[in-house]
Amino acid sequence: MIRELWAYRELVYFLAWRDVKVRYKQTVLGVLWAVIQPFFTMVIFTLLFGQLAKIPTDGIPGPIFYFSALVPWIYFSSTVTNAGMSLVANSGLLTKIYFPRIILPAAAALSGLVDFLISSVLLVGFIFYYKTPLGWNLLLWPVLVVLLMLLALSLGAFFAALNVKYRDIKYALPFFIQLLLFATPIIYPASMIPERFQWLLALNPLSAVVEAFRYVVVPNRTVDWNVLGISVAITGVLFVAGVAYFRSTEKAMADLV
Amino acid sequence: MTRSLEIQGLSKRYRLGQAQHDQMLRERLVEMIKRPWGNRKETESIWALRDVSFDADEGEVIGIVGRNGAGKSTLLKILSRITYPTSGKVKVNGRVASLLEVGTGFHDELTGRENIYLNGSILGMRKREVEERFDAIVDFSGVEQFIDTPIKHYSSGMRLRLGFAVAAHLEPDVLIVDEVLAVGDAGFQKKCVQAMEGLRNSGRTVLFVSHNLAAVENLCSRGIWIDSGKIRMDGGAKDVIASYMRSFVGERVSGSDLSGTENRLGSGEIRYTRLEYLSRDGTPCAMTRSGDPLVLRFHYHAERLMRDPSFGFRLFTEMGTLITETGHLLHGIHIPKVGPGDGYIELEIDSLNLVPGQYSFSLWITGQSSRTVYDGDVRTSLEVEVADVYKSGRMLDSRYGLVYFPQRWRVTRT
Repeated sequence: MIRELWAYRELVYFLAWRDVKVRYKQTVLGVLWAVIQPFFTMVIFTLLFGQLAKIPTDGIPGPIFYFSALVPWIYFSSTVTNAGMSLVANSGLLTKIYFPRIILPAAAALSGLVDFLISSVLLVGFIFYYKTPLGWNLLLWPVLVVLLMLLALSLGAFFAALNVKYRDIKYALPFFIQLLLFATPIIYPASMIPERFQWLLALNPLSAVVEAFRYVVVPNRTVDWNVLGISVAITGVLFVAGVAYFRSTEKAMADLV
Repeated sequence: MTRSLEIQGLSKRYRLGQAQHDQMLRERLVEMIKRPWGNRKETESIWALRDVSFDADEGEVIGIVGRNGAGKSTLLKILSRITYPTSGKVKVNGRVASLLEVGTGFHDELTGRENIYLNGSILGMRKREVEERFDAIVDFSGVEQFIDTPIKHYSSGMRLRLGFAVAAHLEPDVLIVDEVLAVGDAGFQKKCVQAMEGLRNSGRTVLFVSHNLAAVENLCSRGIWIDSGKIRMDGGAKDVIASYMRSFVGERVSGSDLSGTENRLGSGEIRYTRLEYLSRDGTPCAMTRSGDPLVLRFHYHAERLMRDPSFGFRLFTEMGTLITETGHLLHGIHIPKVGPGDGYIELEIDSLNLVPGQYSFSLWITGQSSRTVYDGDVRTSLEVEVADVYKSGRMLDSRYGLVYFPQRWRVTRT
């Protein structure tokens, strides 16, 4: 399987490239869109949750607090959605040509990375604006990106396979993602959760990842390595399970889609 | 000679209803809770292919013929690894390329150039290979002027040419082609045929499905006739096609029932009930072929006595182009009254000068003025099969337009 994927690596690239190209061609604002969405979400969060609801931000400037979590969150939610829909959306390809089917969700995970990188550049702008000192923890960033991608791809591949088989997945998926937004420390810091419920947060592998993305840009923050370790382990399990489920349904996909 | 394809005992079963993609996870979960240990309900199934075996050698061009639903497409899909057989084995030596559709994965927003790279990659070409062959592909397609224009501005012909141009530059060991030659203009068709002949001459194996029997006969050395999921005949292309054509004779598919046709217009006081295809002597016609004489018998039912009804129809191509409209009033024939009850009127055609293909009728009955519609837009289809209309041994097929004229060539020697 690995060897076959390697042989088809260019197709992953081309499909991701197509998605990106089409996404930016179809909108008037083009690339700006990648920045506008997280930026305005951040502004709304800062006003609503920071100023109005006074949810603490652990002493980090509001814009950095929200934006550093929104960038991975937007990547995650859009990748799970796009990957989850990728097989059904490309049914024309699925029924006409052979390639390892996992390429479709993988391409979705790759194409989302472009938006992710563009909005990360904006984050760097905020860091300079607020003169937040940078530290060695910045080195963790590439590792977190890989972890985030794997996590999004695992769920995306799982939903994609399920979506081919069951029609109601496309309604359940947005709901699931909405719930996850609140189950993840994005509008609130993980420190706000009482000690006895912290384990619940650890069960959501995304929460440690999002918290770690904050840790990367704010040097005097601490990160709970145990929780991050659990997150890595859960991600690994999800990845193996997601890909295994995907593989088990792969042969029937063209007949079902 | 080397074997390039070995197929053994291939069978494929489809569960009925499975392809409809209508199962809900919610229902499945409820079912699992209700009967956690019970078997899933048994669904009916059909065998699309049953125990199909054959081998192919390098350089063989095999034409696969058979009726709609015989299993041809399923076979190609299995060989292309798109779907998997229920049982049986396929062994391919070398690289397979399948062309079940021209321009798979083309995206409207992308330019011709971008689509060449995308489509090439989808068909299994490396970026480097596309780069090397890029100029040749553009040249073959004949769209170089518009190569940097998004293909949403292309005509359907241009798209097709671009798609085939990419496919023609694949260099597979085994090429699988489904019904792609049926489209495009004559000049382009010729290019396609040449490209396929080129493949054959360079020792590639080609499997080719087409309804275009003339093309199969011209291109293929060998023919395989698939009938109800099984191989009915495997042999020389000429013999297989001849037997296949003979199988249509003596069959009664000679009419269509119109009484259940929906979405029709009109008041309904008089309606078409049936359209029959007959030969001149009044016997039902097994199949309608280009050039054959044909009698159309239009049956109707009138609720009451109708004065001055006017019968007629329009004939369309599959794409909806009006070919002709006719009615008895155009011939100056009046029908003073009909009914109440059943009856029929007939139209005799000396020679059905339509090229092979699928056509559609839209029948109507009006009053003396065409504004009073009794029955209208009654749809039914007509399938015209290939025939040797010029009695030259050369089949007239859909590449030659829509209609042909009864004609004679005169050659004068100087």
